[in-house]
Amino acid sequence: MGQIKLNKVSKSFGETEVIPPLDLTIEDGEFTVFVGPSGCGKSTLLRLIAGLEDITSGVIEIDGLDATNVPPAKRGLAMVFQSYALYPHMSVRKNIAFPMKMAGVPADEQARRITAAAEALNLTDYLDRRPGQLSGGQRQRVAIGRAIVREPAAFLFDEPLSNLDAALRVGMRLEISEMHKRLATTMIYVTHDQVEAMTMADKIVVLRAGVIEQVGTPLELYHTPCNEFVAGFIGSPQMNLLKGDEAARHGATTIGIRPEHTDVSQTEGTWKGVVGVAEHLGSDTFLHVHGVPGCDPMTVRVDGELPVRHGDTIYLTPQLDKLHKFDTQGLRID
Amino acid sequence: MATQHSRSAARLMMAPAVVLLLGWMLVPLTMTLYFSFKKYLPLRGGDLGWVGFDNYVRFVTSSAFWPSVLTTLTIVGGVLAITVILGILLAVLLNQPMWGQGVVRILVIAPFFVMPTVSALVWKNMFMDPNYGLLAYLWEFFGAEPVQWLSQASLTSIIMIVSWQWLPFATLILLTAIQSLDSEQLEAAEMDGAPSTKRFAFITLPHLGRAITVVILIQTIFLLSIFAEIFVTTGGAFGTKTLTYLIFQRVLESQNVGLGSAGGVYAIILANIVAIFLMRIVGKNLDA
Repeated sequence: MGQIKLNKVSKSFGETEVIPPLDLTIEDGEFTVFVGPSGCGKSTLLRLIAGLEDITSGVIEIDGLDATNVPPAKRGLAMVFQSYALYPHMSVRKNIAFPMKMAGVPADEQARRITAAAEALNLTDYLDRRPGQLSGGQRQRVAIGRAIVREPAAFLFDEPLSNLDAALRVGMRLEISEMHKRLATTMIYVTHDQVEAMTMADKIVVLRAGVIEQVGTPLELYHTPCNEFVAGFIGSPQMNLLKGDEAARHGATTIGIRPEHTDVSQTEGTWKGVVGVAEHLGSDTFLHVHGVPGCDPMTVRVDGELPVRHGDTIYLTPQLDKLHKFDTQGLRID
Repeated sequence: MATQHSRSAARLMMAPAVVLLLGWMLVPLTMTLYFSFKKYLPLRGGDLGWVGFDNYVRFVTSSAFWPSVLTTLTIVGGVLAITVILGILLAVLLNQPMWGQGVVRILVIAPFFVMPTVSALVWKNMFMDPNYGLLAYLWEFFGAEPVQWLSQASLTSIIMIVSWQWLPFATLILLTAIQSLDSEQLEAAEMDGAPSTKRFAFITLPHLGRAITVVILIQTIFLLSIFAEIFVTTGGAFGTKTLTYLIFQRVLESQNVGLGSAGGVYAIILANIVAIFLMRIVGKNLDA
């Protein structure tokens, strides 16, 4: 079990309110990702749930029980830190055993769980090494192992992949997703990387300045962002946002069109522009097109085979059914 | 040091320092060894010729020798224990955020700036004097008989004085070590269910291992040769005669340079024995 419910939870550091009162329910077994730009309060929110920070007002419920004043150790949550926070003077085995030792788990049970965790995480050969002798990815797995053996009600991940290189990050992303499918335990995952959010989450919580902008499945956020901020934040490359006359023609203050929802032609179209930079990824090419009114440059995704170069003139036509419209407050118009 | 040229240049530039250091060490060492095999009484005939190992035998068979070794080790051990334990506690305390932290830290470091002779005299006259010392007033306030510190509890008194001088050093080194502890490690341990005492025992203390080793090694070097504190307080009486003080007495009070030199060689041997033991016990902490 691991249902977590935040009820009017707020946090202030002195005079500064970093999280205004917010409500959020994380269902049992759900993979929830908190995503937002740096300083949006997502890590603070996670630390409030973990109990590492006291909440200023509101109630946190875990499995229906008030956990607001319960110390971190008693909440039944396990946390994986950004710096891994392994204990450098202990071997991998002792690191993983530490939470069980503190909880007074019998020795044979400890050994059984360590063996199981080490096998699941490919750490069997490294159990007697110190963290300092491991690579970044291995340390990350030790940190996860230390969390798993506690058999917690929920896992909390605080930007766990941000210290890894790009290739390893993709691998660990998959491993964590697979682990979630296997364990079916509630997981809360904090990241500023919207790709991680989109690929891993059952539910994404987009935060800005401590305020929840939108909650939904990855595809809900992608298809129907509720405001300009979410529209610009979710999706890679970013959605193109046009203001001015172009937007007014569609009856909106701002219109948004994703790079993949624009048709490109070399002869005719709605907007005329000149190709600036063309980023060739092989499968796709991203064109940065200059000269489109209200949006400079506009990013469009085209097929990798299309022969376009810097300086070519092209015509762009947005797919009107995929157009997003926003009003003066930046809210979605349907 | 990549090329032949840069290597020889480096040797050339290091040479003056190496020669100076060697001279600084070798000349006194050689002279000590030279005199230790001679009967040399400056005021009673001067150089009276070679005597072989006579001085060594006389020094070690003197009734004062073994007690002085024991006293030296007691003072070193006592001061180390007090400064390391109190140093850790103070470092933990000073690491807590509090009002006036900067001023408090400077105050804690202050005793280290006082010269050994001065601090020993201050302790002797202002604190430990049985008639008008502060401690005597304190004892009298509670209706107790004032302790005659430097005669009744002489060794304890010396250990207290020297500990007071060295506590700031230990605190300072341990405080900087505590400050380098990653706070996420402590938070991880908190999440893992470790109460504050266990967090201290399993996370903070092992983290301090290397700093404690440095404190112990450096302090031992200096504590083996403490002299001023004994000279100005008890003058070596009441069982406070250390090996260093014994050598001083042999050379200056008995005017027997040969005998004192032999004692100096024993002091070198003692220092090395202590060093070997220390490296065995705590030296492994220094390996990364």
